[in-house]
Amino acid sequence: MTWTDLQTALGREGYVASDDLSVALHLALTLGRPLLLEGAAGVGKTEVARTLAASRDAELIRLQCYEGLDAAQAIYEWNYQRQLLAIRAAAEDGETGKAVEERIFSRDFLLERPLLAAITKDTPPVLLIDEVDRADEEFEAYLLEILSDYQVSVPELGTITATSRPIVILTCNGTRDLSDALRRRCLYTYVEYPDRETELAILKSRCPEIEAHLGNQVVGFVQKLREEELEKTPGIAEMLDFAAALMGLGIADLTDDPEVLQSTLTTLLKTQSDQAHITKEVAGRIAGKAA
Amino acid sequence: MSRVTRFAARDDGASARVAGFIAHLRDNGLRLGVAEADTALSALIHVEAAKPDETRSALRAVCTGCKEEAERFDELFTSYWMDMGRVRQKSVPTTSQTMNDDVHSSRDAKGEQSGSAGQATAPDDHGGGDADSDGTGKLIATEVRNLNRKDLRDLVRPEEIAAAEDVARRLGAALRDKRSRRRIAARKGDRLHFRKIMRHSLSTGGEPIRLLHKKRPDRTRKIVALCDVSGSMSIYAQVFLAFLAGLMRADTAADAYLFHTRLVRITEALRDKDAMRAIGRMSLMADGFGGGSEIGPSLVRFADTYARRFVDGRTVVLILSDGYDTAAPEIMGAALAKLRKRGCKIIWLNPLKGWKDYEPIASGMAAALPHLDLFKAANTLGDLAALEQELVAL
Repeated sequence: MTWTDLQTALGREGYVASDDLSVALHLALTLGRPLLLEGAAGVGKTEVARTLAASRDAELIRLQCYEGLDAAQAIYEWNYQRQLLAIRAAAEDGETGKAVEERIFSRDFLLERPLLAAITKDTPPVLLIDEVDRADEEFEAYLLEILSDYQVSVPELGTITATSRPIVILTCNGTRDLSDALRRRCLYTYVEYPDRETELAILKSRCPEIEAHLGNQVVGFVQKLREEELEKTPGIAEMLDFAAALMGLGIADLTDDPEVLQSTLTTLLKTQSDQAHITKEVAGRIAGKAA
Repeated sequence: MSRVTRFAARDDGASARVAGFIAHLRDNGLRLGVAEADTALSALIHVEAAKPDETRSALRAVCTGCKEEAERFDELFTSYWMDMGRVRQKSVPTTSQTMNDDVHSSRDAKGEQSGSAGQATAPDDHGGGDADSDGTGKLIATEVRNLNRKDLRDLVRPEEIAAAEDVARRLGAALRDKRSRRRIAARKGDRLHFRKIMRHSLSTGGEPIRLLHKKRPDRTRKIVALCDVSGSMSIYAQVFLAFLAGLMRADTAADAYLFHTRLVRITEALRDKDAMRAIGRMSLMADGFGGGSEIGPSLVRFADTYARRFVDGRTVVLILSDGYDTAAPEIMGAALAKLRKRGCKIIWLNPLKGWKDYEPIASGMAAALPHLDLFKAANTLGDLAALEQELVAL
């Protein structure tokens, strides 16, 4: 399989991947390395993993990172309540301490969290570690062990090695700098906002029923809007929402009705100051340019 | 479009060229080790290496690690592989040290001085990557030292103000991150909360089914900063203002004031999302002042008004001033004593104290001294950074 095959496979699932991204994904698959995707919010980083999983019929295991995420939530945890009940039951049966200890610290009593689950599947799943920069640096250290050796050490059990190597995709938004050690272990791609043709292709693949004229206008409008100074630049999902909103309202041309255009901008502009900045006149001007 | 670089016939082949490319990137500041060269080669097996665009994408994925590197990569790739069809020479043909050779070859082609050849051998051993990053680390360190030695009046460049902001951020963190000794119940904590566990176990017949935790809560300290913007302070004002801006941005609970003959609260202005606009708004407020410096009366006003709302036992009051007061010194003493009664800590950062042979003989300063928890110099960035330790101990 070459990278163009991968690109078409993703395209069939409705994801239009750029050449750079396809090559990087292809390499991540063939070399068995994790892929780190960086880019602004809303350029489709998370969607890559979802589509990749769908195109390979693999399971998608997602770990959403957040501040304070710890090993118990991400890797494994002992099922304490079950252990406790097992000890009680053993005491009534007159089992000895050593035997009980061996039993309660076995795999049966281990609660698998996403990272451990990902390496113990029979078929390689797609592991999406979303917004890895939101997690603490401490958590990065856990990740390093898993991403380089594909193994997890549990003190009471020993080391659990991977039965299948997951396809790992990490995304980050640049909330904080990731450590060099983590970056070194990954292949890297910076995902940009798509250019006009690519975005049009995305719109056509996600909203096939849209009229060509309106589609052109929507994409042109959003592309122009991204050049404005906004606090939150609209991403691809916003563009699709915008197109859907226009279609739902039965609009055939953006320049027809400034009132309606302004009211549908709620799908694109997500802060109060952005909405104040793009007034009816500004929106009209942008729509005029886009047409 | 420039043509693909041709390589000398006696070249060792593709692997040496790729290794040479890695060395070329390394020379240009990308941090790459031997493992990356290896990965780059294996990556090229999986794409059609004869197509420049595919090679470019593949090597970009392997060799870059952040946005800046990805942006520079195209240029570096073009300069190595698309060198207008120029022949790349190779100086020392040996078989065992392919990487080393190619480092030479790329260097010679670029006509760099031979003095750097010693460096080029470094990446051959495994410590290469580390040595490289060490080098960069040192460079940054010297930069910081240079910056630190300057008197703050020289600090006008925006990136230096950014550095001052960074120091402010660290100081803010040092002041704020105070954890309590006692532990309280928490959903996620480092210790078990035995009293609660036992109480809860009653409902399950004495079995401690639910494990409850406790942790040390963060007892955040609030920072209130008062900055003197009188004429005598004007050369330091710019940096202190940047320092304040950094402090405000790092800490959502902090509070900031400017004073000269009057007192003005600038917290709202500094909360502006746009950092530069915030500094601009604040500078406008600072410029609007005139007349002599009345530190004492300004502090009295602060103690009587804002302090009642914003200063409590968990507050650190930071005064940035040179202590030259036109009002009577008793007023200053009384104001600080009053402030002190609210239970706060008072830190006075005096730019003059950094000068050799400085004695706090200005009458105002002398009157203030007994009420201060910490009296420190702050005319260089180094002084500000060094405060971190003292503030943690406070």
